[in-house]
Amino acid sequence: MAAASAKKSAKAAPKKAQSKSRLQDLPKLYREMLLIRRFEERAGQMYGMGLIGGFCHLYIGQEAVVVGMQAAAREGDQMITGYRDHGHMLAMGMDPNGVMAELTGRAGGLSKGKGGSMHMFSVEKNFYGGHGIVGAQVSLGTGLAFANAYRNNGAVTMAYFGDGASNQGQVYESFNMAELWRLPIVYVIENNHYAMGTSVERSSAMPDLHRRGESFAIPGRKVDGMDVLTVREAALEALEHCRSGKGPIILEMMTYRYRGHSMSDPAKYRTTEEVKKVRAEQDPIDKARAHLLAENLIDEAGLKEIDREVKAIVAEAAEFAQSSPEPDPAELYTDILR
Amino acid sequence: MPIQLLMPALSPTMEEGKLVKWMVTEGSKIQAGDIIAEIETDKATMEYESVDDGTVGRLLFPDGAEGIKINTPIALILEEGEATSELDGFEVAAPAEKSPEAETPAPERAAAKPVQAAAKPKAAAPSAVEPEVPEGTKFTSMTVREALRDAMAEEMRRDKDVFLMGEEVAQYEGAYKISQGLLAEFGDRRVVDTPITEHGFAGIGVGAALAGLRPIVEFMTFNFAMQAIDHILNSAAKTLYMSGGQLGTPIVFRGPNGAAARVAAQHSQCYAAWYSQVPGLIVVAPYDAASAKGLLKAAIRSPNPVVFLENEKLYGRSFDVPVMDDFVLPIGKARIVRPGNDATIVSFSIGVAKSLEAADLLAAEGIEAEVIDLRTLRPLDMETVLASVRRTNRCVSVEEGWPQSGIGAEIAASIMEHGFDDLDAPVIRVCGKDVPMPYAANLEKLALPHPEDIVAAVKAVCYR
Repeated sequence: MAAASAKKSAKAAPKKAQSKSRLQDLPKLYREMLLIRRFEERAGQMYGMGLIGGFCHLYIGQEAVVVGMQAAAREGDQMITGYRDHGHMLAMGMDPNGVMAELTGRAGGLSKGKGGSMHMFSVEKNFYGGHGIVGAQVSLGTGLAFANAYRNNGAVTMAYFGDGASNQGQVYESFNMAELWRLPIVYVIENNHYAMGTSVERSSAMPDLHRRGESFAIPGRKVDGMDVLTVREAALEALEHCRSGKGPIILEMMTYRYRGHSMSDPAKYRTTEEVKKVRAEQDPIDKARAHLLAENLIDEAGLKEIDREVKAIVAEAAEFAQSSPEPDPAELYTDILR
Repeated sequence: MPIQLLMPALSPTMEEGKLVKWMVTEGSKIQAGDIIAEIETDKATMEYESVDDGTVGRLLFPDGAEGIKINTPIALILEEGEATSELDGFEVAAPAEKSPEAETPAPERAAAKPVQAAAKPKAAAPSAVEPEVPEGTKFTSMTVREALRDAMAEEMRRDKDVFLMGEEVAQYEGAYKISQGLLAEFGDRRVVDTPITEHGFAGIGVGAALAGLRPIVEFMTFNFAMQAIDHILNSAAKTLYMSGGQLGTPIVFRGPNGAAARVAAQHSQCYAAWYSQVPGLIVVAPYDAASAKGLLKAAIRSPNPVVFLENEKLYGRSFDVPVMDDFVLPIGKARIVRPGNDATIVSFSIGVAKSLEAADLLAAEGIEAEVIDLRTLRPLDMETVLASVRRTNRCVSVEEGWPQSGIGAEIAASIMEHGFDDLDAPVIRVCGKDVPMPYAANLEKLALPHPEDIVAAVKAVCYR
């Protein structure tokens, strides 16, 4: 019973050592979350100044989800998401300058200014968008996983969608085929409680979204999406599930967005008290910071240093996004066909 | 009097079939519900049940007889009390007309005729010299169905990233038998049966294409692709542009488009105009087997999303196809299938068959019409159309789809913009009528364009 004894010895290992390795990456994760927070705050500000047009969906409040997931991913794993995608791109290591310049519709944007906030991609970083049609990324992501299975390359796809998208029909069409064909995909439901202005309770007959795969025999877990380490643990398990050939799995990330659905949001569907309370009690960045200090993984000076670095990156991105020229008029007719 | 058992119609477009084998012999007693024969059509193999009680008097065709027109008597059944002598001198009735389909060749009486010969169109244009076909190339007769299958098989042999997915494509070998033999050759990893879930599998196909595979997504008909049109447009057609040229979608969406026969409004729509409107898509709609093969191979190799519109009524028709190792046609090139100097008829898909028939009728009246097969609807080869109109000064467009904002509307507008001074008469559109497709045979016939309508339109633009 080698496996059993190994398990035992792992359990018996000193608690401190175990939690140390668990905490080892926390400064890095904290920094990544902070970068998303500051980037999104600046994007909101620039939207208010008229520098960003159209729709702009901010990720503020949900940072722990994508940072925790990505911390568990391997080289070659793919990501695909909906239109609230800035944080996902930063977590994939895509260039903040390119993201911000896309928001301002400039030539230096990741899509040369032709995609905008909701439509960015990076083949190099395995980020497949950035999709503006609610739920489309679930079928598309299942197709990415189909390609992984076809090539037997060991990669796993993470398809992110919200509680709103979880009511779309194609999600269940995809669940069915993913389980039928045992595709390596983690369905990450970012449950921020509101699809635009409609709460989960008002839109979902059965609001336990992690159970939405039950009729396809897809396992699901409910995860505290406001704690980056908890997310990472759930992600490691889920990715291992997929990599070992067991097919798809659902992670329902319980999270919260502080800002409106998009920049134009009347905020009549929830109280400011509710937002304030979550922010005060559950903020993923505050939580990580407190954790870092409590465990002596960093001191105040170290935190300030991270703050300064992040601010500099965001300032540079904002500067680049305003100084990069608008796309050449000739770009109107390029990239339609190959 | 003996009961005549007739060759049954087992699908809306079936014109003839093969008697695979009898399950009874002369003298067998049968009851209603007994299986008496196995019949194969171009779409499926089915068991034929008796609806009468009696004794099998005479089998009129042997096992394996091919090309038996529907409604041809295939056996005589003696009712209770009838003697075998009743069969002597019994005159077998001629097959009844199956349907008033204008372009259906009149059923021939010589029953056991090979499928291919019977299906040969009148004006199989002398495969007019494609620049892609070297001189001296041999041709072989092949159905559009076989040409499509061969195109897929050749491309799957050539590129391991090419795979086929869709409803009934693998074990059933295609709802219209297009994928015959593919599962056996390529296995279930590359020939993938999907659940009935168009929206989902179209999205999965696009996702696989984004990851660099080359999916061929078969829709059982394009009528069902309505459920998937979001992925065809929003996910496939627009991604290259939205990604600033980074991420292409090399995918083929294919299947029968437009009216089949007697399947009514929800199964009879032509989507040519719809898809042809979308930048970022390539839209192909071939008429003959050579175009079907050469253009499907080109579509599979294309780095772009291709909507490949087939026609159910053309699947069983045979045409000459060049015998070449790798016959690929360029996308975006129309073809003059019949030259003429008096008027230009522009069409695509099954409209070309009707246009060729019309051209024959017109020739008998001394009008030589030029018939152009567009073959690709996006990009539209207006150059070929305009060059022809420069010579003929008259143009008629032909399509089975609706008139408003149709392919004909586009052609008429383009000629007005770029060839107005070449016109001696306004362009006339011959289209399907502006109604949902009716079921009743007579109404359906009224709803579709026929060679006579094209003849009338050509005469009108010629002021004759």
